[in-house]
Amino acid sequence: MSQQERREAVVRQLLDAGGPSSVPPELHGDAVRRGSRMLRRRTLARRLLWVVLLAAVVAFTIWAAEAQPWVEPPSRTTPPLTRW
Amino acid sequence: MRERQADQQARRAREFQAFVAGAAGRLLHAATLLTGERADANPRARALLTAALAATYASWDRLRGEDPYDRTRTVLVVRYARGAWRRGRGDGGLLSRLAPQERIVLVLRLYEGVAEEQTAALLGLPVERVRTMCARAVTAVLHPPRGPAPSSSAPPVPPGALGKAASS
Repeated sequence: MSQQERREAVVRQLLDAGGPSSVPPELHGDAVRRGSRMLRRRTLARRLLWVVLLAAVVAFTIWAAEAQPWVEPPSRTTPPLTRW
Repeated sequence: MRERQADQQARRAREFQAFVAGAAGRLLHAATLLTGERADANPRARALLTAALAATYASWDRLRGEDPYDRTRTVLVVRYARGAWRRGRGDGGLLSRLAPQERIVLVLRLYEGVAEEQTAALLGLPVERVRTMCARAVTAVLHPPRGPAPSSSAPPVPPGALGKAASS
């Protein structure tokens, strides 16, 4: 056992000794409450994201059906008359 | 669908309670070492542990075989590291003289027995740096520098093992 290892073993003993005697009983309940809230918020955010995505798809579809951007617009210019 | 959800929730609550019953004591000890508080007055360690456990609870269904203890410990350390810069030096705990990163290294390496590589990865430091930091922290704990020591109730130090004990 090297010097360093011996010193580490001593510190390990120091760290192990004298921890908190007991865990406060309300800790579990608090953690569950906070965790549930996080879960609920996450679910809500995910749902909101889906709704927004769906709305965007619907809006685009309606706009595309109305405007039909793939149809070539009617020509506005007339070819110049060269010969009478 | 609703029934399955309720089932899942009940199972999660049951498993989580068993986990907390088994692991909270050790995790609270680790948190108290990190915050540098005394064992009998550790509100910050409790708050830290509550937050870490809440995060574990929230991701319980997505752990996929990962150890919840490891997960909670990681969250605990990361949260502590993120908030440590605006915290005080701690009051009276064994590690209250050390810098936050030294406390993390000491707790992970010696108290929790985490490998050097994992500790380095968690802190985003090279392995050599973790090694030297650990050695320096060990020296600092065994031979606290003279000065106004905040530790009026440092735990008893085994006789013979140390040169200068923390005393003030």
